[in-house]
Amino acid sequence: MTTPEPDFQTDRAALAGRLKMILPAHCLLVDDEDLRPYECDGLTAFRQLPLAVCLPESEAQVIDVLRTCHQLGVPVVARGAGTGLSGGAMPHAQGVVLSLARFNKILRVDRKARLAVVQPGVRNLAVSEAAAPFGLYYAPDPSSQIACTLGGNVAENSGGVHCLKYGLTVHNVLRIRVVSIEGEVFEIGSEAPDAPGYDLLALLIGSEGMLGVVTEVTVKLVPKPELAQVVMASFDDVARAGDAVADIIAAGIIPAGLEMMDKAATAAVEPFVKAGYDLRAAAILLCEADGTPEEVAEEIGRVTEVLRAAGARELRVSQSEAERLRFWAGRKAAFPAVGRITPDYYCMDGTIPRKRLAEMLSAIADMEHKYGLRCANVFHAGDGNLHPLIMYDAAKPGEWRWAEAFGAEILEMSVALGGSITGEHGVGIEKINQMCVQYKTPELEAFHRIKYAFDDKGLLNPGKAVPSLHRCAEYGRMHVHQGDLKFLELERF
Amino acid sequence: MNLDDLAGRIRAAHDSHTPLRIRGAGSKDFYGGMLAGEVLDVAEYRGIVAYEPTELYITARCGTPLADIEAELAEEGQMLAFEPPQFDGVGVDSAGATLGGCVAAGLAGPRRQQAGAVRDFMLGAKLIDGSGQVLDFGGQVMKNVAGYDVSRLLAGSLGTLGVLAEITLKVLPKPVAEQTLLFAMDEAEAVARLNEWGGQPLPISASFWHDGQLWLRLSGARAAVDKAVAQLGGSPAVNAAKHWISVREQTHPAFAASVLWRLALPSAAPSPGLDGLRAIEWGGGQRWYAGEAGDAVRGAAARLGGHAVLYRAPESLRCLEGPFAPLSPALLALHRRLKKSFDPRGILNPGRLYAEF
Repeated sequence: MTTPEPDFQTDRAALAGRLKMILPAHCLLVDDEDLRPYECDGLTAFRQLPLAVCLPESEAQVIDVLRTCHQLGVPVVARGAGTGLSGGAMPHAQGVVLSLARFNKILRVDRKARLAVVQPGVRNLAVSEAAAPFGLYYAPDPSSQIACTLGGNVAENSGGVHCLKYGLTVHNVLRIRVVSIEGEVFEIGSEAPDAPGYDLLALLIGSEGMLGVVTEVTVKLVPKPELAQVVMASFDDVARAGDAVADIIAAGIIPAGLEMMDKAATAAVEPFVKAGYDLRAAAILLCEADGTPEEVAEEIGRVTEVLRAAGARELRVSQSEAERLRFWAGRKAAFPAVGRITPDYYCMDGTIPRKRLAEMLSAIADMEHKYGLRCANVFHAGDGNLHPLIMYDAAKPGEWRWAEAFGAEILEMSVALGGSITGEHGVGIEKINQMCVQYKTPELEAFHRIKYAFDDKGLLNPGKAVPSLHRCAEYGRMHVHQGDLKFLELERF
Repeated sequence: MNLDDLAGRIRAAHDSHTPLRIRGAGSKDFYGGMLAGEVLDVAEYRGIVAYEPTELYITARCGTPLADIEAELAEEGQMLAFEPPQFDGVGVDSAGATLGGCVAAGLAGPRRQQAGAVRDFMLGAKLIDGSGQVLDFGGQVMKNVAGYDVSRLLAGSLGTLGVLAEITLKVLPKPVAEQTLLFAMDEAEAVARLNEWGGQPLPISASFWHDGQLWLRLSGARAAVDKAVAQLGGSPAVNAAKHWISVREQTHPAFAASVLWRLALPSAAPSPGLDGLRAIEWGGGQRWYAGEAGDAVRGAAARLGGHAVLYRAPESLRCLEGPFAPLSPALLALHRRLKKSFDPRGILNPGRLYAEF
């Protein structure tokens, strides 16, 4: 499986002709001006026009599109709302974009069984809204939850600010219907606690559209806690804030949310949201407790004690639901807020062991000098997932290249510190080179073999998520990582 | 025994096309399909490699006894939240489950309904595949979406994709408070009540119905447990800890049957209408039956949207019925392709999951 990435050559007119036979006119876009809105996802620095965009309305049409593309050897890139941040839905120059936007129906909300069956184009927040009358909700809450869709959440194994306690998408999805590139339909998972055979659900969730196209998702709904309250703590020193996070965990507390923002981030957010953040603090922590009022009072008491002992300079506990939401609003709006103070920003997504946080932040500070770019840091501190926001101006020649190099260095540092290049945004096209740093040849080969078991022609989202070994060889030639030249066994171009 | 020895054994078996039967403590020899091949004893490859309480993970080698891991975690007030059975001293030939076997079998205990399954706690694995290659998947951090999530796929794969030489699991703090309540009620009422409670923010961490009696365990913050006790009624159970161990270890009389079926069902599913109901767990999601009629059990479970495992039975019956519900032809073909991608010569635990591979 060491073959180079296949070189696709699609006959555009023939493709359009075949697609017109299986899709009604309003479900197919082939003119460049209509294709333009699909040229990128949330990672706008990477753009590519596809040859066509299919907007099927039924599973039968999805099957037809996939069969046709399989027959013609045409790449297929599935797409939800296009909010992804790693370019996972960036089109292929020789391929088709398969948009699931019209699969936007909530098929069933089952109060008794606490689950919802939805189509992949349903927005994340819409699931919780539909479940709200029953006192239930869908736990994973990526910051983009008003727009991002369940299909995309499944593809990326999305997280959110509450996943420390409530888990990622993989912990909250019970079953999916998947169409293979050959047009075969699989039911993976079950409404029962498990299903016979391999746990293919775990394999498919987070597979970035490389293994199949999801046409239906069954999610677990959980009872909405009676109450949630947030403690906001300010620290004079980021290392101390990092230690406080470890202290909370060591005290046996798993908070519903545990987030950190550095000074650059709060400075960007405060004028925009007026959340009441302490702008003198080097870092602030937001720690949420949820449950029954008694439980929350108990946990808030313990958290407050731990934070005070850890050296928090100021502590504030939200006194109302409005205040709690305001504390969170700043965190949730961190990306757009940074977008207001810089022409462009580039969001990273590494994870690191929590105890290496101070080391990581000081390395990032050094990189700001090295690359001459500013960086604000927001951090899912509870689970070690860091989102540095590198600020740059795409209009200035060369600045994007610096931002990209800055980001690459952060990701490679994440791996060196014992973490991962991506916690929740996915590899996509963006971090494809850093996969060569995180994994060695045998693992990458294993990933390619898995891909082959599902998609032997390599038509689903080619060039994403898992790099070819030749690509890694090229990258390794450019970046000798810590004196360890990987992929030595491969010929260099 | 070191990793190279272990990988060398598998490489040699690969080269000579020798089927291997991977074995830790042998505590789950009863589980799954036939036991075939030369025994590859991995119990000696043991020891905790890393444990970081504040990072919430533990990494240990496959032969490490679960009891050792639980003891180490308990010192820091933590636990394996899926509450796996240790099968300590169960059966003649058993020395207590190992970590590798625990993950390979993917069996969780009473806390499954609250905390999640084995796979939900998998963070990483060092796998020796069927050609003797050592592969590192996942890691030690809570969130990691780089590459396919192979480590979770390995939970429940019964050693058919490789030897899980080293495993990293997420660990959690033990609950501060725990209390068990008893209720007298029949099967239908138990299922109805469990699902009704499941939709409320109650700290229910385990449930076990047997012979007209429902045991309900509450775990969490002291205040939450106290409030739930006041709200739910019932009568407090004595010797509750011992009871839950007997459920986890399946030494409770409910599990005493020469042929024992495990049905995984949607929690709210009505009674499947089978004879021989022994116990209900996981809020209705796991139900145990004694009996022999394979087709009837499998059919009933499938009709309700679940599946049936022939959990404990004489080997002849397990071979006849197959331990696990059959897969559709398309899904079976996919399983075989995946199996081949990890174990090209099919030497690892052949037939343990499905007779076809």
